[in-house]
Amino acid sequence: MVEATATRDGVVALLGNPNTGKSTIFNALCGSRQRVGNFPGVTVEKKLGSLHVEGRRLQLIDLPGTYSLAPRSPDELLTVEVLLGRRSDCPRPDAVLCIVDASNLERNLYLVSQVLETGLPTVVALNMSDVAQARGIRIDVAGLSARLGVPVVPLVAHRGRGLADLRSALARAVDAPPRTAVSPFPEAFRGEVAQLERRMAGGATPWPRYLVERLLLDTSGFLAGAAEHNGADLPGELDAARERLAAADCPVPAIEAIARYEWVGRMLAGLVERPATRPVTMSDRIDRVLTHRLWGVVLFVLAMIVVFQAVFRWAVPAMDLLDAGVAGLGDAARAALPPGPAADLLVDGVLAGFGSVIVFLPQICLLFLFIAVLEDCGYMARAAFLMDKLMVRAGLSGKSFIPLLSSFACAIPGVMATRTIENRRDRLTTILIAPLMSCSARLPVYTILIAAFIPAGGWFGGWLGWQGLTLLAMYALGAVTAVGVALVLKRTLLRGPTPPFILELPSYKWPSPRVVLFRVVDRAWAFVRRAGTLIVAVSVLVWAALYFPRATAEIEQRFGPQRRDLEARIAAADGQRAEAKARLAQLELEQLGFQQRQSYLGRAGRWIEPLVRPLGWDWRIGCAVLASFPAREVVVATLGVIYDVGGAIDVADEHQAGALAGALRAARWEGTERRVFNVPVALGLMAFFALCAQCAPTLVVVRREANSWGWAAFTFVYMTTLAYLAALVVYQVGMRIAP
Amino acid sequence: MTRLAELAIGSDARVTAVSGHDEIAQRLLEMGLTPGTPVRLLGAAPLGDPLELLVRGYHLSVRRAEAARVEVSDA
Repeated sequence: MVEATATRDGVVALLGNPNTGKSTIFNALCGSRQRVGNFPGVTVEKKLGSLHVEGRRLQLIDLPGTYSLAPRSPDELLTVEVLLGRRSDCPRPDAVLCIVDASNLERNLYLVSQVLETGLPTVVALNMSDVAQARGIRIDVAGLSARLGVPVVPLVAHRGRGLADLRSALARAVDAPPRTAVSPFPEAFRGEVAQLERRMAGGATPWPRYLVERLLLDTSGFLAGAAEHNGADLPGELDAARERLAAADCPVPAIEAIARYEWVGRMLAGLVERPATRPVTMSDRIDRVLTHRLWGVVLFVLAMIVVFQAVFRWAVPAMDLLDAGVAGLGDAARAALPPGPAADLLVDGVLAGFGSVIVFLPQICLLFLFIAVLEDCGYMARAAFLMDKLMVRAGLSGKSFIPLLSSFACAIPGVMATRTIENRRDRLTTILIAPLMSCSARLPVYTILIAAFIPAGGWFGGWLGWQGLTLLAMYALGAVTAVGVALVLKRTLLRGPTPPFILELPSYKWPSPRVVLFRVVDRAWAFVRRAGTLIVAVSVLVWAALYFPRATAEIEQRFGPQRRDLEARIAAADGQRAEAKARLAQLELEQLGFQQRQSYLGRAGRWIEPLVRPLGWDWRIGCAVLASFPAREVVVATLGVIYDVGGAIDVADEHQAGALAGALRAARWEGTERRVFNVPVALGLMAFFALCAQCAPTLVVVRREANSWGWAAFTFVYMTTLAYLAALVVYQVGMRIAP
Repeated sequence: MTRLAELAIGSDARVTAVSGHDEIAQRLLEMGLTPGTPVRLLGAAPLGDPLELLVRGYHLSVRRAEAARVEVSDA
């Protein structure tokens, strides 16, 4: 609060219903002068921006879109507390900017009636005035402003019309004295609130009138639980007050909506002209097709195929380019630096970690491009509407569908896309199960193991190929497990009443390129900035565990003489030069494998061997699995190094993939002739990778979106446990059927 | 007494009451389904649930379970 008055000339809270263009207005007012943070303990973002107007600097707090200021959860309470200036970690607002949809005034003024009760100076922005006009709705703006007693500014935010007026209205509002609160409630109710207000004044932090009123209206008991009430029986007193009110024809909680909508009716009476019959708009006609029994479904499936293909396939060229770019940087660094641990750290640790962060950017950008377009044009709500019944069976709602579908391409944008789910329990469940969907990073693991161990034949003359079926089974394993986990979570840790599905289906409109672009850049930047450093740190740690301790002396003793002999033969340029070169290359791979096998991680692999033996794994597989914690696809490279075929394996390259497959098939248990891999081991390993949480970026994003390390740890533990059990069952059952 | 969930698709009605005192009742009221408000059942999702309503000039979607909370009379 001190910093707010010392360095800024005013603070404005930005509030409005969802789908009113609130973010467009925030972006239009603040441009790039905005920053995003977190509030502790809740999933609400703290979004602050600033604007200069008439030589002064205003700070804008963007509060989450809401239909009502009726806190029933910690997230909703936070919004109200910020608005009332009761948070020490957020500047106290001097005024409120309330955005309303001019084409949907009645419902939007409900929130305005609550805001006016706080007594804060208020500016009402009538956004989408053009849409209202096109529908033949005419609003007497000056009359409305007079009745509400606050400035009303008509806006067409996405065209930038009315913004100048809005700015100067804001500059005046922050100087305005507090308003006398207008209560739309009947006398009996106001009397009870006044009485309760006196009752609550005794506490250490007195409650403002608006919160006292909420306390009386909140029948869920949430606010009474949040209040300190000097040991007295507050819930009992509240019940008694509500009974008195019911007898006085003010039933709680219905009285609030009845009183406010009556107030809205009085405010609008005679000021709004509408066509006698509601015209059938373009939006209505589009909606008839898009929610149609048949066409609605067909178009939905098509839209989802496009989104999925985009994230799954269209992102690949850009990802390859980024991969190549990072590899090029690595080569350049190697050429410029003297060989040694410093160069290795920079290239294999830091640069590789950096590469593993930015490689996700194409997928994140593409997915959020589609999500932003679908959301801004109004289709996102229809997608939830179409899919709700299906998702209810998994204990979720229609809003979880798109995040989960995107997770089949990559869980990171999928988890980030759960922001549209307002219910905390639904959102957490979706975040926790999203990493179970088989993402594109699992494909290289499946591909290499299927190619090596699953025969190419099939049933019905090869039409139903075993290799394809195995791949399908892995996708199904992830999805079915996800449904199971969701159902268990909703009955245990995240138990609670089924949240209602009460969703506005907004009018369709053309998406604004500005809003879409902002959203994409915002998401991509949030990922790089917040997740990036941690992912690089994890990657460096795993690199160090594989790199140290150096076995220079043993390697010299074991490979030195042979290497010098080969080098001499290459230098001599006799007839066997080519063969000697090939053997030297092989020798280098063996040295690399030797080094890795005796590294800390290699030792850890031996150490956990008793744990992975029941899965049919030897310590080298255990080690490769440990090394793949930063990203599961790394297991392919680690297996390559550990089996002396090198780490640069492109699974799409038949020769390289064949070399690894051959090495895996030839691998024996140390000191015996028994082969490590057979079909049950390979299937078990695939099942492990289908369910495990071997992806540091996902865990970092889970922690960020759930705003808790606890949930990230939970995700890792439950997925690893399930993965272990699946591998165990597949291997043990497999060995009994077909060893 | 008729419930909103029992209306035929395309029919108009008027809200008489929302039953219950819990969060769901409160949300339905907040979204504008107060006694006396005209409402039209526009349709249902392809799988039969949720429903699409026209209320106070905007489109609102609710599940059948929630629509059963809303008592209506003839428009």
